[in-house]
Amino acid sequence: MADLKERIAKRCAKEFSDGDFINLGIGLPTMVADYIGEDIMVTCHSENGFAGIDALADKTNLNVDIINSGGQYVTALPRAKFFDTAESFGLVRGGHVKATVLGAMEVAENGDLANWIVPGKKVAGMGGAMDLCAGCPEVIIAMLHTQKGQHKIKPKCTLPLTAEKCVTKIITEMAVMEITPEGIKVDELHPDYTKEQLQEATGVKLIWAEDLKPYQED
Amino acid sequence: MINKIVTPQEAVAGVEDGMTIMIGGFLGTGSPEILMDALVEKGVKHLTVIGNDGGLAEGQPAGEFAAKTSRGIGKLLDHHMVDHIIASHIGVNPRLNEQFADGSLKYTLVPQGTLAEKVRAAAYGLGGVLTPVGLGTPMETELDELGRKKEVIEIDGKKWLFERPIYADYSFIRASLADKFGNYMCCKATRNFNLLMAGASKHTVIATEKLVEIGEVDPDIWQVAGVLVDSIVEGEKRWQI
Repeated sequence: MADLKERIAKRCAKEFSDGDFINLGIGLPTMVADYIGEDIMVTCHSENGFAGIDALADKTNLNVDIINSGGQYVTALPRAKFFDTAESFGLVRGGHVKATVLGAMEVAENGDLANWIVPGKKVAGMGGAMDLCAGCPEVIIAMLHTQKGQHKIKPKCTLPLTAEKCVTKIITEMAVMEITPEGIKVDELHPDYTKEQLQEATGVKLIWAEDLKPYQED
Repeated sequence: MINKIVTPQEAVAGVEDGMTIMIGGFLGTGSPEILMDALVEKGVKHLTVIGNDGGLAEGQPAGEFAAKTSRGIGKLLDHHMVDHIIASHIGVNPRLNEQFADGSLKYTLVPQGTLAEKVRAAAYGLGGVLTPVGLGTPMETELDELGRKKEVIEIDGKKWLFERPIYADYSFIRASLADKFGNYMCCKATRNFNLLMAGASKHTVIATEKLVEIGEVDPDIWQVAGVLVDSIVEGEKRWQI
């Protein structure tokens, strides 16, 4: 499982290029930062208050005024810009944060996303997730393809939405898919799986790219 | 000459049961701890609290940097002083879900950037904001913090969700540095809601880590105008781990 998550994080990291300004969600998406090439300059947005997150802080470099959006003490890059919550989400809604990488409970064929609440379960709140999904031009879902064998990619979401028609790409351990007006198109398939296996693990009829490629690994 | 410098006790003296207060901070970082302590000491009840989240409980976050005491709104929750919390994230401090479960606390969720704009609209005289955030989600259909229906407004063929300003009786803010007129600045990631809440309430109170004389530092440093600040409390501590 850890290996599969690492595979997904590594593949997500290939989505970014020099100069990009992005937001990585909590959990698997946070791992993506570890695999972004050192030859490119990618700046990560921390929605609680700055652009330019560096590594987690330790006792030698701790500044109690700097946390990430998960509440962990972190360090900031020399090119960091600190800001208040209004500026932070102005950058998001304004489309200036090019992409956000998030997990999902459900993704619908049209790009609807549900990832913030399960009615009847402990309530956590959306935090900045709705803003990010509505504001970022690219919403990349990084997740395991199924949940205990159940489909997560479905014709329609059954859970309350985080945002409508926002997802642009889904990256799982099995495949890389994009949301198109015609449906979900598979661009890359991991060699460990067949087309039939991917289709079976997915709740909607997949469209296959004419130039279907093997999943990019390293 | 106007003197805004008061003790923490004086700063919260006017807070009464049932009032609405807004409090800066993000998971404890940038929360005005000495004002929270003064509110606990005063023992007001049935507050409506506006903030990003419910602060932290003792021992959070897990790991080597855990806090030895509750932080921010967490202190008010420990003493059951809050009836209604208006926030974007309520999953971290376990007191929240405990008090939702026993029926003593209710919540209204607002997306983080929308909450910031609702506060800003109140401080800066706007009738509300039009945002794409929340369209097609429960934010569109659920009632707002005062039980009002929200409107979807179509302009030039594009839909927007109309979000009203959010006002309070008191704004409690943490500053890193302030002068005796109330001009202030917040370091690093303590800015969060602390730069937005000044002027959004009938009374704006700042608790500052350092206080300087008027003119002692170059005015270029100030992030918020002292004209918005009614009371200044000195003695906010740098967070100790």
